[in-house]
Amino acid sequence: MAIFVNENTKVIVQGLTGGQGRYHGLRNRAYGTKVVGGVTPGKGGQDVEGIPVFDSVADAVAATGADASFIAVPPKAAAAAILEAAAAGIGFVVCITEGIPAQDEAKVFNRLLRDHPGTRLLGPNCPGIISPGRCNIGITAGEIALPPQPGRPSVGIVSRSGTLTYQALYELKQNGIGVSTCVGIGGDPVPGTSFVDCLAEFERDPETRAVIMIGEIGGSAEEEAAEFIKASVSKPMSAYIAGVTAPEGKKMGHAGAIVSGGKGTAQGKMDALAAAGVQVGQNPTEAGELMAAIVAAL
Amino acid sequence: MDLFEYQGKQYFARFGIPVSPGDVADTVDQAVAAAEMAGYPVVVKAQVQVGGRGKAGGIKLANDAAEVRLHAGNILGMDIKGHVVKRLWVEHASDIAHEYYVSFTLDRSAKKHLLMLSSQGGVEIEAVAATNPEAIVMLHVDPVDGLSPERARQAVLDAKLDPAATDGATDILVKLYRCFTEGDCDLAEINPLILTPAGKVHALDAKVSLDNNAAFRHPEWDEFRATEELDEREKLAREKDLQYIGLEGSVGIIANGAGLAMSTLDVVNQVGGKAANFLDVGGGANADLMTAALEVINFDESVRAIFINIFGGITRGEEVAKGIVEALRRVELRAPIVIRLDGTNAEEGRAILAAAGIPETKLVSKPTMLDAARTAVAIANAKA
Repeated sequence: MAIFVNENTKVIVQGLTGGQGRYHGLRNRAYGTKVVGGVTPGKGGQDVEGIPVFDSVADAVAATGADASFIAVPPKAAAAAILEAAAAGIGFVVCITEGIPAQDEAKVFNRLLRDHPGTRLLGPNCPGIISPGRCNIGITAGEIALPPQPGRPSVGIVSRSGTLTYQALYELKQNGIGVSTCVGIGGDPVPGTSFVDCLAEFERDPETRAVIMIGEIGGSAEEEAAEFIKASVSKPMSAYIAGVTAPEGKKMGHAGAIVSGGKGTAQGKMDALAAAGVQVGQNPTEAGELMAAIVAAL
Repeated sequence: MDLFEYQGKQYFARFGIPVSPGDVADTVDQAVAAAEMAGYPVVVKAQVQVGGRGKAGGIKLANDAAEVRLHAGNILGMDIKGHVVKRLWVEHASDIAHEYYVSFTLDRSAKKHLLMLSSQGGVEIEAVAATNPEAIVMLHVDPVDGLSPERARQAVLDAKLDPAATDGATDILVKLYRCFTEGDCDLAEINPLILTPAGKVHALDAKVSLDNNAAFRHPEWDEFRATEELDEREKLAREKDLQYIGLEGSVGIIANGAGLAMSTLDVVNQVGGKAANFLDVGGGANADLMTAALEVINFDESVRAIFINIFGGITRGEEVAKGIVEALRRVELRAPIVIRLDGTNAEEGRAILAAAGIPETKLVSKPTMLDAARTAVAIANAKA
């Protein structure tokens, strides 16, 4: 089992003929993901190394039966691409695009909520999702992730940061711990999928026995996760929050990573998670070590 | 990007929000000219992006040219909480019957726009929220629907503003919402919004923060960018298209990915050091990018050690290593590098660094983030 995706997930790549889409789409296919098509308006009928390209998502879905989409288009085009995928009935949309205006993002989120409740958006500005050995949608380097190991408990990962997600995958691999699914929810102010959404799925997933969560400064998603964990998560967790030393009022690389009016600090988030029973590490390595100890005790 | 008050008012004016007549001034003479045009009495206001200007003496009333000269002369060059005043805004002084507060932001938790409106303006809204929370009307606006004049009017009534302000405030709310959405603001705030004894409502201050991600559809923002308050290091980084934030410490930081860069700052702090900067080189850390990053770090005179923290995902270790070797050929560094290279092809990368024959006084490789941080901090603190 895995969350959101599995070995049967059929993926189309919106922007397959562009630089990013081509590079990562082909990498995803090489990993074993069922990449069944691409979409670039005006390029229908072409192919990218054997992957057929369609003019619209609707055409691609009709021809391939795709149920997931990987969006790798520029910021100007991303909002329309997400809504096109949803309108074509795609159930799971991964958008890696960085730099989408916050106003567009807020509008898309609420439009999906209202008109396309059956579509889940992951991202934007996220590394994507990997269920090691089964499906990889996005930019994660698949070789860093260890698939679930027979006879050993598997761990789920949910993170706002790309490189820290790699770090977490790597720490677990060093300890021989397999990963059920690793979800990068992205660093933007209005992510389509939240920590809480992922934690709820991990709680339901029998394969996932424990969860690592990696947060950062800005907003209150980690505090909301802490409330949810207290009430509804029975599985053991470790966590790390980046940005303890971030100055107030500065966007730390990610559009959503900003402490404002004394709110959204790393310390506040760590305290909330610790109070919810999560073991909080002072750096990513420590969070990995804490998880290794948790898994050893399972 | 945060705007100065005068820029915020100019931005407001584009959306039809009424502001006081006035002009900017960089010299005492310009201040007098602006005052003559605006009509006495005038207010001379320091243009700095920091709160508490009034208390610091950066806002003064002037009744004639001599007073404008006196105040403008005093305020220009004044240091307000570390911000030196280079520019003034001189506007006609308004008669004030009431002061209100209004702002639009994105509520990240509710994922909706948030209107905050209060009859208690002219003071910090946080203070009102703490002492008199019922005096603030909070209204969520669905970005798909937008703010209708009817809902805006209801909010004004709920906030119990003076009845004379109802029409004017409603109109400004609708216009400010348009400024917030179509103008791509992270924050659009008027504090105070005033009602004059004559029954006019208008913006007496402007606090606007723009969403840099939307710059591609706002060519008119270029003029704001030209006056942005960046230190020299940040200017150089912007020229080189790097994600850089200048800080106060002595350990220069280069990392790939915003999360890892933030985490690197934290770990340096954890082992007793202080970062000189935040710098995310992003995904493709090639020779050009590493050279540019090292040049920016090297520009900072307070840097005593450089900590390069790379975790290869898509970024490959050998590419990073080649980049560093090449960069060291191009740039004479003021401080030694401590590098932690891990992830994809890290071993190949470390082998390249070892084979390059760079002396230990210039480059040290450490296996973990914590080890590397300790080494970098030891070097920085020893030299300090």
